[in-house]
Amino acid sequence: MRKNMMLLGLLFSVNVLAATPQELLKQYEVQAKQENPAFSGFSASNGASFFKAEHAHSSGQKVSCATCHTTDPRNQGKTRANKVIEPMATIANPQRFTDAAKVEKWFGRNCKDVLERACTAQEKGDYLQYLVNVK
Amino acid sequence: MKKWMQFLILITSITSTSALLASGGLDGGGGNAMPPATNAKWKTECSGCHMLYHPGLLPERSWNKMMNGLDKHFGENATLDAATRDEIKHFLVANSAEKSTNRRSNRIDQSIPSDATPLRITETRYFTSKHDEVSPSTFKRKSIGSTANCIACHKSAEKGDFSESQIRIPR
Repeated sequence: MRKNMMLLGLLFSVNVLAATPQELLKQYEVQAKQENPAFSGFSASNGASFFKAEHAHSSGQKVSCATCHTTDPRNQGKTRANKVIEPMATIANPQRFTDAAKVEKWFGRNCKDVLERACTAQEKGDYLQYLVNVK
Repeated sequence: MKKWMQFLILITSITSTSALLASGGLDGGGGNAMPPATNAKWKTECSGCHMLYHPGLLPERSWNKMMNGLDKHFGENATLDAATRDEIKHFLVANSAEKSTNRRSNRIDQSIPSDATPLRITETRYFTSKHDEVSPSTFKRKSIGSTANCIACHKSAEKGDFSESQIRIPR
């Protein structure tokens, strides 16, 4: 009985934590529809421009996602503190976008870092779509 | 009677001190190496962006200030959910420089004026005096990056081991 309960708990926790990029895209789609009734889907090409678009940060620096992740998301990137960042594109790093909490944590931090505001669900979905599509 | 008590206390304290010193020699306390310290959340969260800095490198007040200002963490937004933040804060405080028995942590702590709360280890007098023979241009090498990247030269830095024999300055 106890063993069964433990197994059940394990199954449950695995289900909560693990996700696929497709499941995450679905979740962002639900949010995007709430944010914008005229939502018409995610765009990988918008995601690609979003990834590379430079923003004039209030610190005086020009920053983009690519500043740390490099312009090719199949490559490893580097944080400002010299730490390697594994590739963002799922083709180069299948671990990407498989943990919803992790994805939200980093969107939360990095959108504020780069854009100095939170990202919209549309932007998050476009970004994911781009990185899932990169061959 | 009183004298006899005093003698007993003296003997007990001498034996317990030597026992402490002896055990300290075995587990790294009292030596230069910082004691092994680990916490899963500390490891995952703090090493997401930079090398792991051993809690024995800064005093409690520094860790508290750092963990209470994660939204502006050296120019980056490093916010955590409250539970994770508090767990890591407790871990850092419990193993901070003044709580550690190793010599290096104690010297770092003693080199900080009591009215100062540094967030950068490199700002401590201990750090600057230990690195005064390394030129600023060396730190700027691509293989090193900055003074914050201990691990570039001290390969066991993440374990709190900064011993002379472990140093290799990359070209």
